[in-house]
Amino acid sequence: MIGILGKKIGMTTIFESNGNMVPCTVIEAGPCYVTQIKNKTKDGYNAVQIGFEDKKEKNSSKPVIGIFKKINTPVQRYIREIRDHSSEELKAGDVIKVDIFKEGDNVKVTGISKGKGFQGVVKRHGFAGGVRTHGQSDRERAPGSIGGSSYPSRVFKGQRMAGRMGNERITVRNLKVMKVFSDSNLILIKGAVPGAKTGLVEIYKN
Amino acid sequence: MEKKINLVTAGQLRNDIPEFHVGDTISVSVNVFEGDKERIQIFKGIVMGIKGGGISKTFRVRKISNGVGVERIFPINSPRIAKIEISKHGSVRRAKLYYLRNLTGKAATKIKEKKRTAKVLEDILPVTDPVTPKAETVEVNEEAAVS
Repeated sequence: MIGILGKKIGMTTIFESNGNMVPCTVIEAGPCYVTQIKNKTKDGYNAVQIGFEDKKEKNSSKPVIGIFKKINTPVQRYIREIRDHSSEELKAGDVIKVDIFKEGDNVKVTGISKGKGFQGVVKRHGFAGGVRTHGQSDRERAPGSIGGSSYPSRVFKGQRMAGRMGNERITVRNLKVMKVFSDSNLILIKGAVPGAKTGLVEIYKN
Repeated sequence: MEKKINLVTAGQLRNDIPEFHVGDTISVSVNVFEGDKERIQIFKGIVMGIKGGGISKTFRVRKISNGVGVERIFPINSPRIAKIEISKHGSVRRAKLYYLRNLTGKAATKIKEKKRTAKVLEDILPVTDPVTPKAETVEVNEEAAVS
C-alpha cells in the first residue's frame, strides 16, 4: 500500500540522537478501511478507495452507510481514492494502518492549504511592489504595468493579479518520516505540511 | 490535540535536570562535538530567563567572559546537556533579567543571594556543596532577627 489518510494534529519539536532540534508535524493517520478496489477492466483505471475517521451512523446518509455495511466496518467521514501502482493484493474491508511507514521513509503529503482571502500581488505572487520613497504616494504594494497599450489592447490571460489566495490542494514532496507510533496511530513528519490543524491530509510514499 | 502532541514528546522530556530559577547561578555542562571527538564544555553564569514549556522549554544564561558579555540559550530537554549544577540561588524581582545587559563591572555579575532555610537547600544541593554551611549561618541570623 502506498498511501494513507490522516488528520493534522499540530507541530512540535523533537531531538535527534545527536542533540539537533527538529521541527515536526504530528499527524494522526489511519486506521483506514479499504472500501473498494477499482481495476482497469471494470473501472478503466487502477485505484484503491479508502475511508478514514469514524463517524456516527445517525449523522450519515443511507448511501454512505450502505458502503460501510457492505464491508462490515464503522462508517467513515472521508472517502478518498489512491491511484495504486503496486500490484499488492488488497481487498475491500482491509485495514490500513500507519505502520506501512517506517522511520526514515521519504513521503509526500497533500492537503488543502489555509485560506488567506483576497490578497494583493505582493503576498499572493511575491511581487516586489513599488519604491517606498522618491515621492511615491500610493505605489508601495501596486502590481505595476499589466501589459501593453494599443497593442494588444487587452490583458493576457493568466496575468498574475490580486485575488483569492490559499484554500487549494498543495503537495509537499520529499518529507522525512521521523517516527511512527503505531499504538496511537501517530506519525511524525519533519517540517510543515499544508493545511490547518484538524485538516485532512493524504500521505504517500514518495 | 495537545494531549496527542504530548504523547509524541513524552519520551524525550528530561526529568534528571534539577529545578532552578531565574537569578540562580548555574554551570551547564554541554557535550561538544569536534569532528568525531566529544568533550564536555562548562558554561557558568546567571540564569536570565526561562521561556516556553514542554519539549521546547529553553533557558538563557549570561556570563562575562574576558570583559565581554556572553549569552547562551539552551533547550532544557536537549540531550547535549550533560548536567546542570546550581551554585547559588539568586533573589530577583523580575522574570527576565535583561537589565543585566546594561550593567557593567561587578554589578553585572552579582545578584543578591536568596535566603533559604537549610532544609530546602539540602533538598536541592548536594551535601558536599560548600554553599550549604554558609546558608545555614544565614538561617541562624534570620532566626535571631526574628526573635
